[in-house]
Amino acid sequence: MTYLLEVQEVRKVFPGVVALDGVSMRVKPGTVHALIGENGAGKSTLMKIIAGMYRPDAGRVAVRGRTAMIHQELHLMPSMTVAENIWIGREPLTRIGLVDHRALDRRTIELLAGLKIDIHPDERIADLTIAGKQMIEIARAVSYESDILIMDEPTSTLSEREVDQLFRIVADLKARGSAVIYITHRISEVFRIAGEVSVLRDGRMVGSDAVENVDRDRLITMMVGRELTQLFPKSNAPTEHLALSVKNLSLTGTFSDVSFDVRAGEILGIAGLVGSRRTEVAETIFGLRRATSGEILIDGVPVTVDSPSTAIHRGMALLTEDRKMSGLFLPLNVQDNMEVTSLNGRFVKMGFVRQKMLLAACGAMANTLRVKTPDLFEPVRNLSGGNQQKVLVGRWLLTSPRILILDEPTRGIDVGAKAEIHRLISSLAAEGAAVVMISSEMPEILGMSDRVMVMREGRTAGILDRREANQVDLMRLAAH
Amino acid sequence: MGIALVFEAVGWGVRGASFLFSGQRLLVMVLQVSIIGLLAVGVTQVILTGGIDLSSGSVVALSAMIAASFAQTPTARAVFPSLTGLPVFVPVTAGLLTGALAGLVNGSLIAYTGTPPFIATLGMMVSARGLARYYTRGQPVSMLTESFTRIGEGAVPVFIFLVTAIIFHVLLGHTRYGKYTYALGANAQAARVSGIRVSRHLMFVYTIAGLLSGLGGVVTAARAASGQAGMGMSYELDAIAASVIGGTSLSGGIGRITGTVIGTVILGIMTSGFTFIGLDAYIQDIVKGGVIVAAVVADRYRHRGKNA
Repeated sequence: MTYLLEVQEVRKVFPGVVALDGVSMRVKPGTVHALIGENGAGKSTLMKIIAGMYRPDAGRVAVRGRTAMIHQELHLMPSMTVAENIWIGREPLTRIGLVDHRALDRRTIELLAGLKIDIHPDERIADLTIAGKQMIEIARAVSYESDILIMDEPTSTLSEREVDQLFRIVADLKARGSAVIYITHRISEVFRIAGEVSVLRDGRMVGSDAVENVDRDRLITMMVGRELTQLFPKSNAPTEHLALSVKNLSLTGTFSDVSFDVRAGEILGIAGLVGSRRTEVAETIFGLRRATSGEILIDGVPVTVDSPSTAIHRGMALLTEDRKMSGLFLPLNVQDNMEVTSLNGRFVKMGFVRQKMLLAACGAMANTLRVKTPDLFEPVRNLSGGNQQKVLVGRWLLTSPRILILDEPTRGIDVGAKAEIHRLISSLAAEGAAVVMISSEMPEILGMSDRVMVMREGRTAGILDRREANQVDLMRLAAH
Repeated sequence: MGIALVFEAVGWGVRGASFLFSGQRLLVMVLQVSIIGLLAVGVTQVILTGGIDLSSGSVVALSAMIAASFAQTPTARAVFPSLTGLPVFVPVTAGLLTGALAGLVNGSLIAYTGTPPFIATLGMMVSARGLARYYTRGQPVSMLTESFTRIGEGAVPVFIFLVTAIIFHVLLGHTRYGKYTYALGANAQAARVSGIRVSRHLMFVYTIAGLLSGLGGVVTAARAASGQAGMGMSYELDAIAASVIGGTSLSGGIGRITGTVIGTVILGIMTSGFTFIGLDAYIQDIVKGGVIVAAVVADRYRHRGKNA
């Protein structure tokens, strides 16, 4: 058997950390090889070594053929068109050396049609949805016609329908004899598309096997190195007190007639496909957008929320969907990131911020949330995704919110951190907080929620009770 | 402070004399750049928000003219013959308000109409200079009261600069105003979600930068004992240079007032030091430009080292 890729005893050391230690991996042509592991396990380092971006300190990497990589973060130029982005640096030229736009469009149409992606080559990247951008990123990687395609968490921003489309593309590549290395946090995906699976933990390869020889619990145990008894603990019990009621909320051209109640101590899940306008509803409730009609009631009293600062004042918190875009202050440290919502009340005296008190409060919060950081003065950009998310959760918990709106609270973070955040959400609800949780992960929605609201194209498609909700019904409501 | 040592060494070599360890010379050095320093403190907080202020030099001229016109001794040629011999707080307040108003216009345009800071303050740079000339049809405003000119005497400007720097050091590090400024520059959208009233805050930042330019104008007029429309020419660029040499990142969210003070002093050392070692005035500018760029390049390397 010839392998397309052979990695032997690779070791990579960064100042202060051993990122990879004696890692070996082999990938056959025509297979989908899943690579799983918690954040910080060394997956990205390994992929960068395979793609030739890093040089290993020891060991050997043999690649037969060409590799292309789809990064976890988007690497597209927003102001340029789809076609320009896909073929950047490889544009077809006319005889006098100018870019041949007609050939460029033709190639793009062929490529996108082959992948069944319904996006016009002349559209600007900035006008696409996140999912659309991700599909273009995938198309660009495919356009290299490489033998090994590395995909780093490609589904974290996709809805179920687009995930299906992606998996069709993967199956197609496999049939053509390419190898796909598929990095993911979603274990269910391993069983859906992968033929083989490798697990990394703390820079070591814990195991590598054919998918039919392993099961879900075994993989999770391998990833975290401990038994996870329950992924979705439930300890909350909703009260009768209506903490937040939304009545016929509409934003012209975006969503209309959205109504729901959340009780203190309750977790309301909001399911839906990308484009179902769940995020926009959350942003409107939080004052980031102005509703055109409808009513918001807090504790049964109608309120006007015209800005986030009013929302915060009324006891609300919004953990946004996109950590980097609207959550983190990347150049600043952990402390600065956590304290920003708390610079008032007891933390300010005569206009001066009481640093020591704040430091103590943030330190205690970081401990409770088990944020892994050398200290609070570490730049937040150096933390892993899961720890960054915990810092943001901490930012909101410091305001002691009574209504928590969480938009994709566990997107792109590892299984361990995910379980911790789930436990935390559950215990916050148990302490009496009203929680609204938007999630595109069905198991998360079904496991965590007391009730589930399904949205479709800017409207409420239905609200199901925990007992009657199941994946099939939710999908049917969401996709119609 | 490597530049200081270089000058010290070259000074000994060329002139056989100490450049830095003369109290008098050190004072003159900082005195020359204390106005630039005031502007640099103002522009540092603007750059922290990810913006820029190109209007500070022109606002110095406008504020100097207006302050001077309210500080004249009773003579026949006064701008306002009926308003002469006024107590010192009148011209000072007039100068400061002029600066703050210019800053408020900058800030409102940027925060509420979405005009890019570069354009809004470029417009102000041109208009404020024109207004300064139009105010007296290009005539200088002189014969100022002694109580006013005292503000510019001896080491007073250095004192004003250092006190301002200390105030802003505390303001940026220990108050909500400062913390919001950093947050806003680091990620405006995240700042909004976190409950910061972004537009209002941005307007404040530019207004305060304008206020400091106004203060610069008052001190300039007092020191020269006159107001002239050509004052503060290209000071805005020196102020930005001082801030950037001091480590402020033009992408926002990174920078400190201590760095800006050091950057200002380095500019001063360069100006005085070049003269001290007898460097041709034209060559002075050539080297100065190089040093500004070199400081930023060196800074980038240092940060890159940290992140790897």
